[in-house]
Amino acid sequence: MSPIASLISEPSRLRAATAWLFVAPFMTIFIVFTAVPAVLALIYSFTDIGVADIRRPLEVDFVFIDTFVRVLTNAGFLKAVGTTALFVLIGVPLTMAIGLALAIGLNNGITKLRSTYRAAFYLPVITNIVAAAVIWQYAFTLSGPVNSMLGSLGLTGVNWLGDPRMAMPTVIMLAVWRNVGTCMVLFLAGLQSIPEDVYEAAMIDGASAWRRFTAITLPLLKPATLLVTVLMTVSFMNIFDEPYLLTKGGPLSSTKSVALWVYEQFGQGNIAPAMAGSYVMLAIVVVLGVVQLRWLRAR
Amino acid sequence: MINKPNPVLTAILYGLLTLGAVIALLPFAWVLFGAFKSQAEILAAPGAWLPQSFTNLSNFVILFAERMFGRYMINSLIVSAATVVTNVLFATMAGYALAKLEFPGHKLVFGCVLAAMMVPYIALFVPQFFIIVQMGLVNTLVAVMLPIAVMPIGVFIMRQFADSVPDELLEAARLDGAGELTIFFRIFLPLVGPAIATVAIITFLNSWNYFLWPLIVAQNQETYTLPVGLAVASQGARSTDYGLLLAGAIVVLLPVLILFLFLQKYFVQGIAGTGIK
Repeated sequence: MSPIASLISEPSRLRAATAWLFVAPFMTIFIVFTAVPAVLALIYSFTDIGVADIRRPLEVDFVFIDTFVRVLTNAGFLKAVGTTALFVLIGVPLTMAIGLALAIGLNNGITKLRSTYRAAFYLPVITNIVAAAVIWQYAFTLSGPVNSMLGSLGLTGVNWLGDPRMAMPTVIMLAVWRNVGTCMVLFLAGLQSIPEDVYEAAMIDGASAWRRFTAITLPLLKPATLLVTVLMTVSFMNIFDEPYLLTKGGPLSSTKSVALWVYEQFGQGNIAPAMAGSYVMLAIVVVLGVVQLRWLRAR
Repeated sequence: MINKPNPVLTAILYGLLTLGAVIALLPFAWVLFGAFKSQAEILAAPGAWLPQSFTNLSNFVILFAERMFGRYMINSLIVSAATVVTNVLFATMAGYALAKLEFPGHKLVFGCVLAAMMVPYIALFVPQFFIIVQMGLVNTLVAVMLPIAVMPIGVFIMRQFADSVPDELLEAARLDGAGELTIFFRIFLPLVGPAIATVAIITFLNSWNYFLWPLIVAQNQETYTLPVGLAVASQGARSTDYGLLLAGAIVVLLPVLILFLFLQKYFVQGIAGTGIK
């Protein structure tokens, strides 16, 4: 080795050692609390592990796909899949539409008080979910503030959390309230990256406001839309806190998401079904994420 | 914009935005007014908007004197303070290494950061619980903190910020013979103050609001954090004592709201900085 090469390679080896030292804490936590659990969950999905085996996790029997078959034929699980789909299909578009409308209103419509409005819409995002759920439970009880507001408008109150048909919309309202601010901030960042002169050129050409929206704003907002769609889909697919805290999945399992079903199985000691169920969910999240990326990139 | 905006449309827009803001903030009014109401006022129908007196602190007194909210609050503060320190330190180190030190395996490490952000938590918590059981840490605050000691989001944000630090500065120090640690602490750290603030705030927010994991590993009141304590109270007996629960909600919300009031910029940066380039 020439003297110059050894001069270069010595510091670069030192730099690599420093780099690995610097990423070691992250990698340690990642391996112990993300990678190993992900692998364990997959392995244990193929066993008959129960609550008694938690302290002796090596003494379990492999049952191959029996657990998956049991989960995929379980009426409760299938209903939870349907409920989760409903959360995603209603929650995601609703949250994104409101977030986009707010972002456009703040970015293109007004000049004053922008940061005040932004702060107001963002505040629910940082609100603790347990506190928010307590407020929701109080606000939506029979004699709570929501029904008394409806009453003062001459409308009859609704049994929001007790009626199987109304519980789902009430839970979705909480989720939308908490997520709109995130969508708004991400869309705002996207809107601010669109150069003003594109709009000016379009206006000189006589393009209407609607045409400017569909021909300029939406296409140029694609990266932001992609990110928000994936974020919101993942967040609504994994919805747990809102139904757990507001309704415990009831009434009549009408708000029981897959995540809540998994948690309940864990609580009842059905460890293997819990893990298999969570892996079915993981598979759906991954497939849907890939499909969304493809679909949105292609357009 | 070139053409003058239509004043009527602008007024309507302001009206709609104000209506939206009122709806977004209404729950905060409910909790603020409700926390000072006695149980009799809560149950009264039709209920009044405002409590009879804002000096009726009995709900708060009960929380701290009869329930263990003081203990929960100390636990929450310990968890948040400790994780802010570990996340800022370790995320800065990892972010710097990923952005500024060429090393074999850096793509793999960054892949792990992305994977950790994507994996649905619900698929991990059961085996995580096994691991904590094996470590003998069930029912300790260490168990609550360990999985969030270095959050991927912090590493991700730090890496984005570190990218914008000019290489020349670091190279110049290297040519002057500075060691790698000196470069990190003396040259790099002072340049990324705003990023550190962002990571600190994101970490505080996440750990203060952290719910499902502490609910699983903290199994007696001594180790409950505030959200767990409030959730257990809201699902236990006397769960319709809304005045008390709303006061508990205020205790949980207040620290974050105060921080938000002063440091709004960093909160929003943390979210906006995660994706769009």
